[in-house]
Amino acid sequence: MAKNGLTLAKNLLLIGGSAGSLEVILQFLPFIQLGPDLAIVMVLHRKAGDDSPLVELLTFRTHTPVKEAEEKEPVNGGVIYVAPADYHLLVERNLTFSLDFSEKVNYSRPSIDLTFQTAAEAPFTKLTCLLLSGANEDGSAGVEAVKLAGGTFAVQDPSTAEVFFMPQKAINRVKPDFLLKPKDMSDFINSLNS
Amino acid sequence: MDISAIHDEDVEILLNDVFELYGYDFTEYSKASIKRRINRLFTLDKFPSFAELRYKVINDPNYLKRFIEEITVNVTEMFRDPSFYRVLREEVLPALGTYPFIRIWHAGCSTGEEVYSMAILLKEANLYHKSLLYATDINPSVVEKARNGIFPMGMMKQYSENYIASGGKKDFSSYYSANYDLAKFDESLKQKMIFATHNLVSDSSFNEFQLIICRNVLIYFDRNLQTTVFDLFNESLENLGFLALGSKESIRFSPIAKNFKQIQREKIWRKTV
Repeated sequence: MAKNGLTLAKNLLLIGGSAGSLEVILQFLPFIQLGPDLAIVMVLHRKAGDDSPLVELLTFRTHTPVKEAEEKEPVNGGVIYVAPADYHLLVERNLTFSLDFSEKVNYSRPSIDLTFQTAAEAPFTKLTCLLLSGANEDGSAGVEAVKLAGGTFAVQDPSTAEVFFMPQKAINRVKPDFLLKPKDMSDFINSLNS
Repeated sequence: MDISAIHDEDVEILLNDVFELYGYDFTEYSKASIKRRINRLFTLDKFPSFAELRYKVINDPNYLKRFIEEITVNVTEMFRDPSFYRVLREEVLPALGTYPFIRIWHAGCSTGEEVYSMAILLKEANLYHKSLLYATDINPSVVEKARNGIFPMGMMKQYSENYIASGGKKDFSSYYSANYDLAKFDESLKQKMIFATHNLVSDSSFNEFQLIICRNVLIYFDRNLQTTVFDLFNESLENLGFLALGSKESIRFSPIAKNFKQIQREKIWRKTV
């Protein structure tokens, strides 16, 4: 166990979103509880240089620690990590984060695909991804990687999304295990603790 | 689960080949990032199998150039993170101005956008005439681009906004001449620049500097390699010299941290011992 009482996450929930996703997150965030084995990594598209307001905004809505993921930092359970603006966030096999300032992917940095694809290759016991509202194709390839690696794919019901394009694109490519309305998301996430 | 076309074991084999045959050591780079770059190159160049990629790398020294260029990241901008440049202007350059002669090292300069940004700062602080800017990178081809000082015209609007946000008072377009979709930076900015290839992993210190700038390079290195490079920087910095890193990089976890003091909240540290 590390000095701060945290241990490496056994299970990971990846959340990806773009336009219209923040409202959904702010809605379910107050109701989620993270056990010591589960970590959440959020990859949200936004303007470069906008990061600390997002972490602050999320922190106000939850008792669970929220922080920007730092390079080489271990992926600990009980923590919500946010990908920094204008960097790609990668998950290493040894369950640490790496940052990468390479070309945009799907016009996006951070790219949801990149985080999902690298997390899919890391040795989590249980890996789940949740793709939310967005106007971009990012996320589809990532979701496919998560499924290939034996993970679970949950998606916001496009009919409830402010912008249906991103979840619908992913659904067209991969059959989802769970189609969720925003009001059902906190129960779903809390169930991942068990 | 390894779902990539090029697997972890392949990456290891290939990086060992490149080290043994050519002396470039990528084995201490962050694994996920280098693996992704190799997979990206594999797709870009349409190799039918790992064996073919390996054959090409081993037998074609010209392809090696492309390999190095593509697996390293060469994305950079002028005046990226304007607040960083503002602190350079307001805190670092006045300190450097007290020296009779200023030596600056841009380690991992990529295509040179940051070197030209620095040259503009030095000009505006009236320090350029007594400065030397060493710009190095592992890739010969990006060093060549840096030497040319020609950047895409399409980026100039963004760079001009960055420049103004960093405290720039001039008309940014006065620093380049536009030629169709290219912006050629003024020759006078180049007078004090020295370009060379240098590999942070294997090459040693080559001078003493008052300022070393190395931004978004160390994020690709594992902790051990970061420590080695920090030692190299420490050795290459004069006492009271400055070390500037990328916005998500820190010397916090390195043994040299105790000899450095951070300047404001920017990723700039001053050597105090």
